[in-house]
Amino acid sequence: MSFQGRSGFTLENYGAFLTEPIYWLTFVRTAWYSILVTCIVLIIALPIAFFITKVVNLRIQGALLVLLLVPFWTSELIRVYGWMILLRESGVLNHFLVGLGLFKQPKEMLYNDITMIMGLVYTSMLFMIIPIIGVMESLDDSLIEAAYDLGAKKIAIWREIIIPYSMPGIMSGSIIVFMLVLGSYLTPKLMGGKYSLWFTEQIYNQIIIYFNWNQGAAFGFLLLVLSSLIIWVALKLTKQDFRKVIK
Amino acid sequence: MIRTLPNSKSYLSGFRLFTLLYFVFLFAPLVVTMVLAFNNSMFPSLPWKGFTLDWFFGEGPEKIGIFYDKMNLRAIATSFKVAISVSILSTIIGTMAAFLFEQEDFKFKGALYFLMIAPLVIPGVILGISILLFSNTAGLFFENTFGIDIKILRPGFWLIVFGQFSFITTIVTIVVSARLRKFDRTLEEAASNLGANRFEVIWFITLQYLKPSIIGGAAIAFLLSFENFNTTTFLISSRPTLPIILYHQVRDGSTPVINAISFILIVSASIIAVANLYYRKKEKK
Repeated sequence: MSFQGRSGFTLENYGAFLTEPIYWLTFVRTAWYSILVTCIVLIIALPIAFFITKVVNLRIQGALLVLLLVPFWTSELIRVYGWMILLRESGVLNHFLVGLGLFKQPKEMLYNDITMIMGLVYTSMLFMIIPIIGVMESLDDSLIEAAYDLGAKKIAIWREIIIPYSMPGIMSGSIIVFMLVLGSYLTPKLMGGKYSLWFTEQIYNQIIIYFNWNQGAAFGFLLLVLSSLIIWVALKLTKQDFRKVIK
Repeated sequence: MIRTLPNSKSYLSGFRLFTLLYFVFLFAPLVVTMVLAFNNSMFPSLPWKGFTLDWFFGEGPEKIGIFYDKMNLRAIATSFKVAISVSILSTIIGTMAAFLFEQEDFKFKGALYFLMIAPLVIPGVILGISILLFSNTAGLFFENTFGIDIKILRPGFWLIVFGQFSFITTIVTIVVSARLRKFDRTLEEAASNLGANRFEVIWFITLQYLKPSIIGGAAIAFLLSFENFNTTTFLISSRPTLPIILYHQVRDGSTPVINAISFILIVSASIIAVANLYYRKKEKK
């Protein structure tokens, strides 16, 4: 369908993508931000997963796991809405900050790139933490104890034992988070500003607003190719097997 | 470093603080949404103007609570119908698929498995437009060549059900497969030796064993379907589901009635989640 024009086969729809800078700029931005979000999520998720599986008291471990899961059973829309109430100009956070005298006037904290990235990190967090916890649980404590007894520093233990061991979990988490962020529509639309256009919004606009289904199909196909390509490169770089990662 | 080793105080308290901050980050938006559902104000924001239940039971004309809000109630009903259909369909097919991939061996099994897994790594938006384009093309084809109008292929209730079914089944299959993999097949053999036929074996032995994961899978399917936006948004007709109607209200701004809906959804989702976990823990013991 993406190759369909007014008269049979055409590459016109892909041509439009290359000649209109707004299209491919959005495309590159989306890809770049998705990778960025995945990295941030990974950096936050690793210590949390480690803390819950290895450090914290066994008695509260179960409770922490339940607490971790509960917010993610509610829909993405409601979670984003919560952030909007918190951050917008008439929002709760501004109310408190002005009340405390830290701000003279309410400041608009919604609708910019940083908020959007934070929102994306928030909505996709769980899908990184759960696979990593799954792998870390099977990591034998005695490995870390042995390294510690032999005088290894914390950084060395992380670099030599924990991260290599958790690699399958990290990879499957990263893939899921990356795909979710790349394909998300609500969060960038509601939390991003007018310059934070996401590629899925372009697809949506083409199909729902302009009724240009062929153009939309072309964009959809491009997004699919991009996501498969980035995942393939990431798997090759870390030498993981797709089948093992997906399970 | 870990709980069996001596740890310095600063290391532990640093870790605890980090985790605490993380959980505050996790729950802040949900708590705020829920609290503001009870604020006696026309806007979902502070200052606090007193406690009210109007956003649940208000009859209007100024404040219309959720139980009198026709548009939102209709959307909730549609969502319920879709979610129930999807979870029934995908649980049945997903369980069958789990049997197929875990217990049988056949040609092209790897390729088929890959195809089944694929919806997990395809963005929902792309699934949505693909299903829309496919059904539309097929519908046009039938209409032009045979002159029949197939309603199922038009955007609407059944297309939403099939669209969500296409990726939720995969998730149910994975959940059920995980448990089926641990099933001891000698139990089946024992039952067969004792004179049970194949149907009885599956009904009384295997399915009994799989019950927790089938119930869990159905619960996940229901929730996923109920809250899906990305795929559904391309497949709706005049009767949208709840997430789509909520999205328009959130984007354009609305009264705290959205908070009331969110409150109900958050509480019920939490109850399902905790019940699910509790049930699973009991099974383990």
